[in-house]
Amino acid sequence: MPENELFTPGHTACAGCGAAIALRMVMKALGPDTIIVNATGCSEIFTSKYPQSAWRVPYIHCLFENAAPVAAGVAKALEVSGNDHTKVVVIAGDGATYDIGFGCLSGALERNDNILYICYDNEAYMNTGVQRSGATPFGTNTTTSQVGSKIHGKTEWKKPILDIVAAHHIPYAASTTIAYFADLDRKVKKAAAMKGARFINIHAPCVPGWGYDPALSVKLSKLAVETGMWKMCEIEDGKETISVPPKMTPVVEYFKLQKRFKHLTPEEIEVIQKKINAVWGKQ
Amino acid sequence: MAVETIEGSFAIAKTVSRCEPGVVACYPITPSTHIAEDLDKLYADGELKSYVAVESEFAAMSVLVGGSAAGARTFTTTSGQGLALMHEVVMAAAGMRLPIVACVANRALSAPLNIWNDHQDSISERDSGWIQLFCESNQEAVDTIPQAFKIAESAMIPVMVCVDGFYLTHAVEQIEVPEKEMIAQYLPKFNPKIKLDAAAPLSLGVYAAPEHYQDFREDLSKDFEASNAAIERYAEEWSGITRRSYGNGRWEEYKTDDAERVLIAMGSVCGNIKVAVDELRKNGEKVGLLRIKSYRPFPYDIVRILRNKQEIGVFEKDLSFGAKAPLFSEVALSVRDWRMRVSSFIGGLGGKDVTVEHAKYMFTKMKEGAEVTEFIK
Amino acid sequence: MKIPYAQPGTATANKTGDWRSKKPVVNKPACIKCGNCERFCPDGAAEVKPDGAEINYDFCKGCGICANECPVKCIAMVEEEKK
Repeated sequence: MPENELFTPGHTACAGCGAAIALRMVMKALGPDTIIVNATGCSEIFTSKYPQSAWRVPYIHCLFENAAPVAAGVAKALEVSGNDHTKVVVIAGDGATYDIGFGCLSGALERNDNILYICYDNEAYMNTGVQRSGATPFGTNTTTSQVGSKIHGKTEWKKPILDIVAAHHIPYAASTTIAYFADLDRKVKKAAAMKGARFINIHAPCVPGWGYDPALSVKLSKLAVETGMWKMCEIEDGKETISVPPKMTPVVEYFKLQKRFKHLTPEEIEVIQKKINAVWGKQ
Repeated sequence: MAVETIEGSFAIAKTVSRCEPGVVACYPITPSTHIAEDLDKLYADGELKSYVAVESEFAAMSVLVGGSAAGARTFTTTSGQGLALMHEVVMAAAGMRLPIVACVANRALSAPLNIWNDHQDSISERDSGWIQLFCESNQEAVDTIPQAFKIAESAMIPVMVCVDGFYLTHAVEQIEVPEKEMIAQYLPKFNPKIKLDAAAPLSLGVYAAPEHYQDFREDLSKDFEASNAAIERYAEEWSGITRRSYGNGRWEEYKTDDAERVLIAMGSVCGNIKVAVDELRKNGEKVGLLRIKSYRPFPYDIVRILRNKQEIGVFEKDLSFGAKAPLFSEVALSVRDWRMRVSSFIGGLGGKDVTVEHAKYMFTKMKEGAEVTEFIK
Repeated sequence: MKIPYAQPGTATANKTGDWRSKKPVVNKPACIKCGNCERFCPDGAAEVKPDGAEINYDFCKGCGICANECPVKCIAMVEEEKK
């Protein structure tokens, strides 16, 4: 069984890691004719410690913030050598994507570089110990958006990465989660068959960073969609299509399972609920 | 080979295109801009396989990491702040053993902001694991480019070809740009064994814990030392084709045999120093110039030229705050067993002109027989 | 010349099954072979065989996702025996 996996067991992700689930699903969708360009972060650290690697496809890691241009360089080298079939795919966390690598991401999208950029979003800099990122939701407790006597968690709202990415007018932008595996599989395969700059953001719960029983990773991803906290959609030619409409389950159902939200007061939860309602045009 | 009247930048760009790189990525920064623009024109005319107009120098070097790892010959050009911005990737590229070639049009580093020539940008990368070759003239620069690719691809160490910004890049002169056929006979196709290939998957750039990291650094250090031989060999080979040579590829001796006082320097200022040497010799002064071409790896074996000299002076366009100047430090180390007087002259910073008169001043100062450290005004 | 790279799939030498404190046990006759456990396992340690799901205990870290996502609850998480 490990022989068939392009993303093998033996990696050192935490038990129940949402990112590991995402990577396994992504590699099943991509197949062997793929070159992975990885940014520093959890995925890099838990898959490629010399002399071991969990990757059975060609793989390169350079730095934290340059996966997009490194991938552009790989794609260009393939192009000039006449290879029009090998897929070049970035795997990067939200830290590399929303923050430190944001400028380089925008450059690659503006040039329409022929790469598929996949972000696994666990909503903080998890590898370095759960520090806040631009992807961290409002109110979240992280080590750099701590809950104290004066400030009660992150004071900024989550950066709307998909809107920003889509505004570059790239051929395809989408978001998905590990809970809806058929959706993730379909979107990755669809994007992989296209040319130009493509972006997929995957909601990937983090056991130690979010603080929950490891068995709940998939359930939390499902709740993120059902509450409307995570929008599952595709954006092509400027048009957004919702993949799974939210049931509008109260956000408190999502928060109460995670330690990172346990400090939120009913008033703060109400502020977030109102914001989510507004996003979805509900009262 | 035909001699053309051509701007240094364009000659460099043409030479690069004739080396047939697969992936070229540039971000424009004065004074390397013309090289970047000329490469794009060559691309637009079908004479360059690719040109990625990236959004920053950091992205340029990153694109080359990907391209090189995927098996393409790669090239970029930058200066000053651009090289500083690339620093993180510059170090990574060396550690990943990628044979990238960069032409650095040397420029001063901020602050204060200054677009003119000095060597602080390249010197600040001296620990990076890149081979650094400093050229005196545009002719030498175009002759060094094919050598750089050959050295890089045999040693699997990236190479920086340094040319003085404005003095060389923007000078229009008579240059013989190497023909494509000449380069083709000298430079084999780039065909690395270790690369990104779906047919033979490997994981490049894995992280190394304490029990392994030092092994990689020691290995690069060992291979770096060994590259001295490759630098000399490939310089000699190229000289055989062009009938032009610049010393042994690592340094050039100009009237040092019987010199009592020797000035050591790098880059285009050596042109003025050679004129000063000739003029002082007319008055019977026994002076000479030792031009360092390979700053990294540093040619400590220059000691055999210097050890019986009366006075040594080192002129450089860079400094290291709180310590002795970078080129001076290496020279002083190379002659340490001979207890010689070595003076340190720093000048030409931020494009301040260093003239024949200044060179004569340095030789005269050395005649005083005291070891000095001073800025050339 | 030492280039920092690794051979593909060499992580499988690392038997992460050592990490477990609880382990999943499949009641094979009750398994409907839906494939959820195989799809959702972060470590590729569950596989649907003709007679039901099978756990690869060399790699299973005991996270419990398979048990949680099983639609017929045929997987039980039991305490790992102390070695």
